[in-house]
Amino acid sequence: MDTVALTDDFTTAQTADGPHIARACRLLKRYDGQTVVDHIDLEVRPGECFGLLGPNGAGKTTTLRMMLGLTPPDGGTLHVLGEPIPARAREARVRLGIVPQFDNLDPDFTVRENLTTYAGYFGLKGDARRRRVDELIAFANLGQRENMGIDSLSGGMKRRLTLARALINRPELVVLDEPTTGLDPQARHHIWQCLRGLKQQGTTLILTTHYMEEAERLCDRLAIMDRGRIVAQDSPNALIAEHIDPHVLEINGNAAMRWLDGQTDDLPARAHRVGDMALLYCREAAPVLERLERAGLRYLHRPANLEDVFMKLTGHELRD
Amino acid sequence: MMTSLMPQLSLRFIPVWRRNLLVWRKIMVPSVLGNFGEPVLYLLAFGYGFGQLVGDLGDLPYMVFLASGIICSSAMYTASFEGMYSAYTRMSEQKTWDGLLGAPLNLDDIVLGEIMWAATKALMSATAILVVAALLGLVSDLRALLALPVILLAGFAFAACAMIVTALSRSYDFFLYYFTLAITPMLLLSGVFFPLDQLPDVIVILAHLLPLVHVVEVIRPLMIGEWPVNVLLHLSVVAAYGLVALSLSTWLLRRRLMC
Ligand SMILES: Nc1ncnc2c1ncn2[C@@H]1O[C@H](COP(=O)(O)OP(=O)(O)OP(=O)(O)O)[C@@H](O)[C@H]1O
Ligand SMILES: [Mg+2]
Repeated sequence: MDTVALTDDFTTAQTADGPHIARACRLLKRYDGQTVVDHIDLEVRPGECFGLLGPNGAGKTTTLRMMLGLTPPDGGTLHVLGEPIPARAREARVRLGIVPQFDNLDPDFTVRENLTTYAGYFGLKGDARRRRVDELIAFANLGQRENMGIDSLSGGMKRRLTLARALINRPELVVLDEPTTGLDPQARHHIWQCLRGLKQQGTTLILTTHYMEEAERLCDRLAIMDRGRIVAQDSPNALIAEHIDPHVLEINGNAAMRWLDGQTDDLPARAHRVGDMALLYCREAAPVLERLERAGLRYLHRPANLEDVFMKLTGHELRD
Repeated sequence: MMTSLMPQLSLRFIPVWRRNLLVWRKIMVPSVLGNFGEPVLYLLAFGYGFGQLVGDLGDLPYMVFLASGIICSSAMYTASFEGMYSAYTRMSEQKTWDGLLGAPLNLDDIVLGEIMWAATKALMSATAILVVAALLGLVSDLRALLALPVILLAGFAFAACAMIVTALSRSYDFFLYYFTLAITPMLLLSGVFFPLDQLPDVIVILAHLLPLVHVVEVIRPLMIGEWPVNVLLHLSVVAAYGLVALSLSTWLLRRRLMC
């Protein structure tokens, strides 16, 4: 197996606007004549957690697969860890870790064997390999199950093992496609803790998620994708500040909808209606609150969050 | 990497090969028993049962003739099964290949690793038959050992052909077409069970366009204590099948998986 000398200037490429771990320019992908990733520009900086959000079918997985060299782009340029992709994707994969959207642990092996054989693919041998596997079994909290088959693991355990497997080569960059989808809150918190730990060690993370609170908690910067395009790219707070008023009032039920219909256009809020519920976005909460109180309506008052931005930018209708 | 039509040959196939070996070790006992059991059954049932009827072929007892044929057909079947059912399972059902592609391995490494592994299994099964045949006194001299490298080459060729079928297959049912349309006719027309000169000339010529007959024509003399003729020609045909099939299957699988 190849060994690659790791030096800093090899890891991060310098450009006019600073160093980056991954950069895509006008990246394009078509399937059957349909544009699935539409000339997107992305930049991931060293040590940050970068989120890729978007409805089902937005093109997140396709974008990640292109970055990993698993799908050839139809246009644009792509660099990951300083390597041109897909030309030197294999060399880039020496130094990165992958948590795919759907687990592909090896069902022919036990937990420990999964890590040991995977370490072998990266050229780890002997004592070093055993120590690394021990560390990762402890990291994934799977000491009790290390000699069991993959089928005996719960969804959360499988995900933890997949994450541990992605770390076998101490990667500089970890790419995670929906790392917490389908997990219970405990398992999700555990993964978050692991990811924060990685970030503290300086590992760069790229992740996709459908959970806005996850993105808000973990990501330094994120891009929102819709139908193959990037519709916004910034830090969670900047996105909220830029795209949405800070106060949100949620109302629902027939009475509330009748009340809303009765409001003339002097209501100091932007109303967003979905079926029999509505979200009122406003700069100042007090005037709207007063009207709601006067009408005797129940409401929920909360600060605007990433989900509001997401819904505003990608629309409320179902996607598939 | 994507644009080149030729497969990229690299020793990186070894970790893939080793992965399959590690899994095989877990079921080694039944597997080895199968390797020995099947040829014993074939040789005893066919050889004694049939041999009584057929008698000798020239000065060759039918059992001896059959043993040298079965070692070839078994290599073909073992490599084909592994290259289709097992490789397809790892590619499609188990997503093992997806996992491998997360490591610094190319699809080309995986395909070559699978083919080399299938060839290795063909070698294991042929070795078992050779041992059984030797114990039954059906092998003339040490020349028979030279059959083993030939079997490895044949296993490579048949596995590579099987990998083309795997690349095209959408389900396990598809493999039956290949067995019915390619493997079984080849088995019957390559001098495994009876000498080719029993057949019309046209068929004999057609049979020589397929690889199995060339394997048989090298291995049978080695097993009965003679030197084969036209060795280079025979081995070139087998090798050509292997290399062309390796290239085609790698190309097809890249199109299927790296899309
Ligand atoms: N191999 C393929 N062949 C044809 N179309 C594909 C292929 N892979 C993806 N697509 C299509 O490309 C589009 C984007 O898919 P992609 O998997 O990248 O979306 P996603 O954002 O990851 O969605 P999700 O949130 O559901 O995982 C979808 O319309 C999908 O059907
Ligand atoms: Mg996806």
